Amino acid sequence: MKRQSRFIVSVLAFGYAFLYIPLVLVVLYSFNDSRIATVWGGFSTRWYGELLRNEQILDAAFLSLRIALTSATIATIFGTMAGIALARFRRFKGRTLFSGMITSPMVMPEVITGLSLLLLFVSLQQLTGWPAQRGFGTITIAHTTFAMAYVAIIVQSRLMSMDESLEEAAMDLGGHPLRVMFDITLPLIAPAMVAGWLLAFTLSLDDLVIASFVSGPGSNTLPMYIFSKVKLGVSPDINALATLIILIVSGGVLLSWLVARRRT
Amino acid sequence: MWKKVLIAAPYLWLLLFFLAPFAIVLKISLAEPVFGQPPYSQAMSLDNFAFLFSDKLYAVTYLRSVFMAACATLLCLALGFPMAYGIARSSRATRSLLLMLIILPFWISFLLRVYAWMGLMNNYGTINSLLLWVGIVDQPIQLIYTDFAVFVGLVYSYLPFMILPLYASLERMDLDLVEAAQDLGASRSRAFWDVTWPLARPGVIAGCLLVFIPAIGEYVIPYLLGGPESLLIGRVLFDEFFVNRDWPLASAVAIVLLLLLVVPIVLLQRYQARDQESTA
Repeated sequence: MKRQSRFIVSVLAFGYAFLYIPLVLVVLYSFNDSRIATVWGGFSTRWYGELLRNEQILDAAFLSLRIALTSATIATIFGTMAGIALARFRRFKGRTLFSGMITSPMVMPEVITGLSLLLLFVSLQQLTGWPAQRGFGTITIAHTTFAMAYVAIIVQSRLMSMDESLEEAAMDLGGHPLRVMFDITLPLIAPAMVAGWLLAFTLSLDDLVIASFVSGPGSNTLPMYIFSKVKLGVSPDINALATLIILIVSGGVLLSWLVARRRT
Repeated sequence: MWKKVLIAAPYLWLLLFFLAPFAIVLKISLAEPVFGQPPYSQAMSLDNFAFLFSDKLYAVTYLRSVFMAACATLLCLALGFPMAYGIARSSRATRSLLLMLIILPFWISFLLRVYAWMGLMNNYGTINSLLLWVGIVDQPIQLIYTDFAVFVGLVYSYLPFMILPLYASLERMDLDLVEAAQDLGASRSRAFWDVTWPLARPGVIAGCLLVFIPAIGEYVIPYLLGGPESLLIGRVLFDEFFVNRDWPLASAVAIVLLLLLVVPIVLLQRYQARDQESTA
């Protein structure tokens, strides 16, 4: 292995500092006693207390969690089906359109996805009476739609990197296609499905713009609540909330990284 | 039979909730705004598009959005390429740590990561406090609510999207090729431009598209970090819809934006299909 040039090392150092300094500062300021979030006024955990007493935040967080759990699960089911279809069936009618509909939601600007889904829900309501009101159901459908694309891509690339001979052998031995799928294919792609579910869950918890379009009065998700607050500027209880999220997520990612490294 | 179900279930879902909505957006973009619920008429005309093209404000906003997204993409590339290169060339153990640290921010709320910059770039924020304390400036410099802040936010949020595909193509590259070129007398820069860069091109194209396409319609970053004069198209669409309640015009704005994005999206599509085949 050749030594890295000094230029590369300094760009790496700058890049990682750029990515992480803002996060570290949010964590530090969350323990700041001062109400003006960016002036240091001594160590305190009072904002965490206020956070836990803020019912609006708790309600919004609970709604967001319910949506994320439901949409991630549905997205994993449909996304896995789509991923298997794309990886294992090279030719079928409408395959180009299918793979197009899988890739596009990932890059589609959120304002377009949000607007188009809301207009769909409004038109459906006029025609069929459903959905009678917008909130949990409509946001869940919206999140499922863009998250299943990610699950499909992850499952597809996992299947592409695996050879088909195991499945073929099982089929040759007379296994029913469904049996082969549940006994061979699904266990093999289980790690990809877990990764896909986690990504779908995170994307759902993260989404502000699409949820703002498709939610109705009275149903505020956590990002919608955060946005309505940070619009007005930096606020100490949001620092505390951000710190909790940063610590939980970093802990989880670090742990899974350590586990994965030990295995290899 | 089961094969049909496997394809049909996700297919129908996407047809209903991804493709059909665009047809409805197109239909409503041809309607007229009216008072009432829903606030559009059944009439069909091209008035909204005529209005979009006659009012200079919209053309300027579209151009500004494309320009800002393009600049942010180039900035991401300038920072992301050497980073991806460094990660791909480091030892196995370091490489997995460095990659994990690129992916980690993905999992943390996008909104909160943009918010983190508000505290940094505030007039009384960390950067200004530091500059005042060191004595480089006598009074706070305006960082937040400028185009500069929007660029910082865009690069910060989209950098991982650039680095990951770049890393994928750089890691796949055979290092011996560069050495061979140098053994044959190519200078380091010649070896880079003639060997490394062409081999990295698929990653460069994918990374640029993954940053450029969503950045054009970005709403949160310009809203929280940009100034009132830095109007971008995502904000215009949002405001036409929610503030002015002009659904037909908002739909027309979305249709024109979509037309702008068709070419880059198809390009990305092609690239990814080819990439999937090459790894299979």
